[in-house]
Amino acid sequence: MALSQINRTSSRGRTAFPSGPGGGLRRGRSKNDGVAPWLFILPTFLGIGIFFLWPMAQSVYFSFTEWGAFGGNTWTGLENYRRLVSDADVLGALMNTVVYAGVSLLSIPVAIYLAGLINRPGLRFKGLFRTLYFLPVITMPAAVSIVWRIMYNGDFGIINYLLSTVGIQGPYWLATPGVAIIAVALVGIWTSLGMNMIILGAGLQGIPTEIYEAAELDGASPWRQFRAITVPLLTPSIFFVTVMTVIGSFKVFDLLFVMLGAGNPVTQASQTLVYLFYDKAFIANDKGYAAAIGLLLLVLIALVTFLQFRLQKKWVTYA
Amino acid sequence: MKKTMGIVALSTAALLTLSACGGGASGGGSEGDAESAELTYAIWDKAQAPVVEELVADFTAENPGITVNVEVTPYNQYFTKLQTQASSGTAPDIFWMNGPNFQLYASNGQLTPLDELPNAADIDPANYPQALNDLYTFEGSRYGVPKDFDTVGFWYNKAIFDQAGMDYPTEDWTGEEFTTTAKAISDTLGDEGIFGTAWDTDGQASWYNTVPQAGGWVISEDSTTSGYDDPKTIEGLDFIAQTMANGSSPTIEQLTDTAGSQWFASGKAAMMYSPSYMVPAFMDSEFKDQIDVAPLPEGEQAANVTHGLANVVSADSENKAAASRFLAFLGSEEAAQAWAESGAVIPAFNGSQDAWTESNPQWNLQVFLDAAEYSVSYPISKNTAEWNALETEILSGLWAGNKTAEEAGAELAAAMNESLSKE
Repeated sequence: MALSQINRTSSRGRTAFPSGPGGGLRRGRSKNDGVAPWLFILPTFLGIGIFFLWPMAQSVYFSFTEWGAFGGNTWTGLENYRRLVSDADVLGALMNTVVYAGVSLLSIPVAIYLAGLINRPGLRFKGLFRTLYFLPVITMPAAVSIVWRIMYNGDFGIINYLLSTVGIQGPYWLATPGVAIIAVALVGIWTSLGMNMIILGAGLQGIPTEIYEAAELDGASPWRQFRAITVPLLTPSIFFVTVMTVIGSFKVFDLLFVMLGAGNPVTQASQTLVYLFYDKAFIANDKGYAAAIGLLLLVLIALVTFLQFRLQKKWVTYA
Repeated sequence: MKKTMGIVALSTAALLTLSACGGGASGGGSEGDAESAELTYAIWDKAQAPVVEELVADFTAENPGITVNVEVTPYNQYFTKLQTQASSGTAPDIFWMNGPNFQLYASNGQLTPLDELPNAADIDPANYPQALNDLYTFEGSRYGVPKDFDTVGFWYNKAIFDQAGMDYPTEDWTGEEFTTTAKAISDTLGDEGIFGTAWDTDGQASWYNTVPQAGGWVISEDSTTSGYDDPKTIEGLDFIAQTMANGSSPTIEQLTDTAGSQWFASGKAAMMYSPSYMVPAFMDSEFKDQIDVAPLPEGEQAANVTHGLANVVSADSENKAAASRFLAFLGSEEAAQAWAESGAVIPAFNGSQDAWTESNPQWNLQVFLDAAEYSVSYPISKNTAEWNALETEILSGLWAGNKTAEEAGAELAAAMNESLSKE
């Protein structure tokens, strides 16, 4: 309510922008704008400050405290971090997170291949295919998870039924330690494929056709064209998708929560860092320790992303 | 411009106040207006929601100034949500409470003692079983009005017994008769995907019964020591593990994907231990007319676990006067009658239980009422949730066959004792 009020007022205060027949901003005016520009960024700034920066600062503080069952906290210094480094659950969750991220990265080659197919000139029903692949992206993760949980059912699920018709006995996907996290990651791939395809598809369309024509004149096979032209020129898009996939899979929670959840005996062995964070913060009510886990996650994501940006110089080609 | 500034300043103030609300401390609350209020009532069982709505309609017809919003949260998230709400002083006015969580809330001052409520005189403890009054008493104060109780019975599917050519279970079955019959049925009908038995893998539906049947115990009476390393307790755990290991029951993986009660209700398991609150689930079964219930097979002794819910009023409620009216209504014989007739749960109000057994005349539900006489109380301590998590984690290794019952028992006892020592 309060925020929308600010927004409405801001859009009415149009006088701050000179929009005469000349159009555009004249440099000379900037000094006279006074407080108005600040007012325009205030709503966003308040939103980020109150709902993002302030809670973040609080979380850092909370990671040095211990919480009672119903709130109230006491300063315990580095105790939570001492626990963190010796906690087998944290190490396990970290490994699961890495496995999940690893499996998720496999979606990128698939997305490149599918983007290539869908962008082939002359393909019919292009819009239909694109919609079908994009549908999971805009479907609620909870709904997706419930349907997949039914399909993954070891005794009565359709996946194991289809496998049995070709003589394979499928595992109990969501009830076997080690398999469960991969089964969940496969659903994660399915839900993110559409988005990655759109980004990579846009990258493909950005490659000038003359290059291919020239290559063809030189007698390059389609495979050679793909390796020598498409992939190198697509690397900026691939890089972007990789960074986003890694960040996204480090933060996975909803799929795990609905597909495995509290009652499942393999949840403990399959939990990721965010699930562990949830478990400590809201089930065990160990909010201080949970804040420390959250911070660990933040540092990890920052570190991995930093490394990726460092390494991109070695493989990303900006044409 | 001035006007804009004013609105921005106002909005900022509003936002700051809002966020300040979030961190509010608990312990406030007030009586409010007994005649006019908007109450929130939190429950977790969707199967019982229709009865609750019916009761709310009756109550608001008598108290037109009061509205009651019913909030249903699935059990797996119910206490997570409640604790978060209670931490910020926004708990529902009145809500369901269970044994494992009661002491945590009572000891932290989150509940209103009954004698502080204006309608305390209308709520006579003599109307409810003593065991339930005791369960919801903390340091001499009563906090909850018992709503219902549950015991555990032994369900069997006559059609499967006929198919396997075996005699139905009798009232005086032993644990051994159960295990040999379960194995025999699995061996005979295994090709059709039918098992002798199946388990819901929570304590109340499984080992909280087989453990006392074997003469073991989960937690000491003073809630300070774990009984999981007692040889008798281990025997009770092994009783279940054996059925999973020898194929009498689906494996733990199968039971994780498809709960034991689903196997039973869909005619894929011949027998099962099941608490009385599962009756509504079996009412919808297509095998409704072929199943019946008997007392649990006796181990070293006859035993089953009993537990019951209560309605409680939040310490933070701003409408305690209206909430206590509703609380008294929920604890009345009239309300108990509605619960009983729905067949959903055994009402706690003394004398109203017969209506419950009559709700499903096709089954011998009297078994559950008789079971109260040889029941043991549900194991709880101040922070039950913490060692409940250990049970799930460590026992899953036993069910999967990765550990022996001795190993699991010893490991669990050590971990649980450490958790109890911190309470």
